[in-house]
Amino acid sequence: MKSLEELKAIREKMQGQVGLRSEDSDNIRVVVGMATCGIASGARPVLTTLVDEVQKRNLSNVSVTQTGCIGLCQYEPIVEVMEPGKDKITYIKMTPEKAVEVLDQHLVRGQIVEKYTLNSEKL
Amino acid sequence: MFSEISLHILDIVENSIKAGGDFIEIKIQVHTDTKRLTVETRDNGCGMNEEQLAACENPFFTSRTTRKVGLGIPFLKQSAECTGGSFSIRSKVGEGTALRAEYLTNHIDCIPLGDINATVFSLVIMNGNLDFYYLYQVDDRQFVLDTRQIREMVGGIPFDTPEISAFIKDFLQENKQEVDNGKLF
Repeated sequence: MKSLEELKAIREKMQGQVGLRSEDSDNIRVVVGMATCGIASGARPVLTTLVDEVQKRNLSNVSVTQTGCIGLCQYEPIVEVMEPGKDKITYIKMTPEKAVEVLDQHLVRGQIVEKYTLNSEKL
Repeated sequence: MFSEISLHILDIVENSIKAGGDFIEIKIQVHTDTKRLTVETRDNGCGMNEEQLAACENPFFTSRTTRKVGLGIPFLKQSAECTGGSFSIRSKVGEGTALRAEYLTNHIDCIPLGDINATVFSLVIMNGNLDFYYLYQVDDRQFVLDTRQIREMVGGIPFDTPEISAFIKDFLQENKQEVDNGKLF
């Protein structure tokens, strides 16, 4: 059995590094809809992929969070990207693969992936 | 309908989170001899009054305002009962809500437990301000993930820092493997 003892070493290693996550104004918030509708359409792998990739790339200015039903159940899984001073971008019908694309293009390079946005959907 | 019991658990625990408590228990117990899998969750959130409790199994009841249906509990109840299992929910205003679903795993309509590690991982990482007690038991083998213990070990380091979340992920994977030997339920 893996025990919690390893955490001691992690804690010692990280002593002094705590608080590195920037809370400043350029923080990007990525919100995944995790209500019944989102979960049923595959939000869990989208969420875990985003968490993994953000950590893998050490994007300390990006925080991934979850929310309940946004009210657009037919477009789930939905990922919203909120940047200070910019309009909220709503990505719809996400998959882990599309989420990685959004991460690369939008969160890293600042280019909105228009083809996956709610705006591009013919309503 | 969901394709995995673990998705039901993720969905139902979201209710617990919205109920505003700070401690959530998730217990999964598999008995291979009697072919039973039970899921129990308990929170110390706001609870439901008798009227809400009586109505919550009805898909056309919800406390939410974005739409008029609430399918989480009815789905879970249906998925358990259609295997010949059972579902029960208890709640008290100001004390919290507890529910229990029992599945008969050899029934053809029983969905698999699925990726329970992903469910527990995302709940723990996404809700660093809440404490979770997670028990996974197969026959006489079990392991526990208790975030209160982790919190004590790491001090103020948030769970979503890469080192801590990687540890939690490995902890879940390795210990689950030891408990069930990779057997799928």
